[in-house]
Amino acid sequence: MITTQVAGASALRRAVPARRRRRGDTWTAALCLAPALAVIGAFVIYPIVATGRLSLTSWNGATPELPFVGLANYAEMAADPEFRNSLVVTILYGLGVTVLGVVSGLGLAVLLNAPIRGLALYRGIFFLPVVTSSIAVATVWKYLFEPDGPFSAGLNWLGDPSLALVSLTLLTAWKQLGLNVVLYLTALQAIPAHLYEAAALDGATRWRRLRHITIPLLAPMTFFVILEGLIATFQGFDLVYALTQGGPLGGTEVLGFLVYRTAFASGEFGYAATIAYAGFALVLGLSWMNWRLQGGGARWS
Amino acid sequence: MVVTPRRPDPRHLVLGAASLVTVAPFAWMVATSLKSLPNVQHMWPLEFEWGNYPEALSAAPFARYYLNTAVMTLGIVAGHLILDTLAAYAFARLRFPLRNTIFAVLVATMLVPTFLTMLPAFDLVVRMGWYDSWAALIVPRLADVFGIVVLRTYMQTLPRELDEAALVDGAGRMRILWHVVVPLCRPALATVAVFSFLFGWNDFLWPLLVTADDATRTVQLGLSVFTSKYGPYPHLLMAGTVVAAVPAIVIFLFLQKALVRGLAGTGSKE
Repeated sequence: MITTQVAGASALRRAVPARRRRRGDTWTAALCLAPALAVIGAFVIYPIVATGRLSLTSWNGATPELPFVGLANYAEMAADPEFRNSLVVTILYGLGVTVLGVVSGLGLAVLLNAPIRGLALYRGIFFLPVVTSSIAVATVWKYLFEPDGPFSAGLNWLGDPSLALVSLTLLTAWKQLGLNVVLYLTALQAIPAHLYEAAALDGATRWRRLRHITIPLLAPMTFFVILEGLIATFQGFDLVYALTQGGPLGGTEVLGFLVYRTAFASGEFGYAATIAYAGFALVLGLSWMNWRLQGGGARWS
Repeated sequence: MVVTPRRPDPRHLVLGAASLVTVAPFAWMVATSLKSLPNVQHMWPLEFEWGNYPEALSAAPFARYYLNTAVMTLGIVAGHLILDTLAAYAFARLRFPLRNTIFAVLVATMLVPTFLTMLPAFDLVVRMGWYDSWAALIVPRLADVFGIVVLRTYMQTLPRELDEAALVDGAGRMRILWHVVVPLCRPALATVAVFSFLFGWNDFLWPLLVTADDATRTVQLGLSVFTSKYGPYPHLLMAGTVVAAVPAIVIFLFLQKALVRGLAGTGSKE
């Protein structure tokens, strides 16, 4: 990111000697930053490091001392069927939510992009689930998914491990739909109209214009939507907690929920920290892959 | 493109269907909250049972949940408005060593999932003696990176000549922030306020970790406890759900513009 300095203004600034002003700036900046950095440092940055240290212990969350166990937790994790299950569940969930999110978000945004009556209404409607709490929407969907619920179609959605994951994926995609629509709509509106006009003059069909102009130019936003979806699914806790509690038979136990259960239900803070670190490595790896696949956002040129 | 008048736009078919899928669960929620118990399986309430609401509200200490949530949410919103503004001002306008490095580190933390930080953060709260108090709900979330990024981006669009002129007039940096920059940042501040409000009102995981009983529980937590007790009574449960969901929806309806503007900002930043 480039910070721009307005050159013309520097003539005015010469009224104060430059060095004194800069030193004064550093002090003011320190004062301005101190409160926010104290909070973020103590509750976000320090914990990232501290979780790494915890992952090398068998701490139970209560005792004052941290029994050091080296890499034992990592060895345990590598052989842990619950962890492997959670990994598979999280990846399937992440894939499902991002694919549904990109397709439905892009599709509806394209429809809303050309002048249409009721744009604000549609946007408002699609956004309703985004602003409603996860606990509230999951409470409602839980009833809708019940075998005798209005939308069950006779299936026991939450009683079967695979169907429960499908339910969770659908619920999450439904909840995030409005977010993806608005994000894509913003990106669509930033595409210069002359590109389409030129293509139309060359006789490009509507589909070819979508394929060769719209979709490539949206790549940075697609990167962002996928990243958002991946983070949301890896964070995924509230919906899982309220809809399935990770069940049945671990069918919806995403990594975030496994970390919570391992620490706060089983009291294995050290091991939970290990799983958290592994999960974070996976988020970073997937984000990096996504970045590479989208051409590193370089296609803006 | 030639538009023939009077023919309905086919796009409305797809958009209408998507809207229906979006709205149906909400419609079911409101309808069920007004049904009587014997008719709970019907699609539509046969007669409106407004009494469900007082009954649900008295079945759990919802007033207390509301108070706790309001205090927590206002604390978070106020914290973000003040702390994020100060930090954003430093990043947008002041020159100091490591400015870009510190900013990059902060932005990178947005990628960090909650489950990676929650164990030491929880431990810290317990050691500070804040467990099961308002402090535990508020203090760890007084500042956030999203707000800093939104405000910094907005401040950078303001003409620098404004502060330079004030500087020459002898105004200090903090006076400039307060009297020149903040008044011009109102749209960005509104965006931050909406996001922070929605975050606070709908937050679940952190309050679940750091509270132990009804005296400190927030509405979302209260709703989840209520769910476990009132499963067989969907009409009361849905009344409770409406009560928990409505404030966020109302704020959204009134401040939709600020919210969409914030998302547009996220996009163009890429």
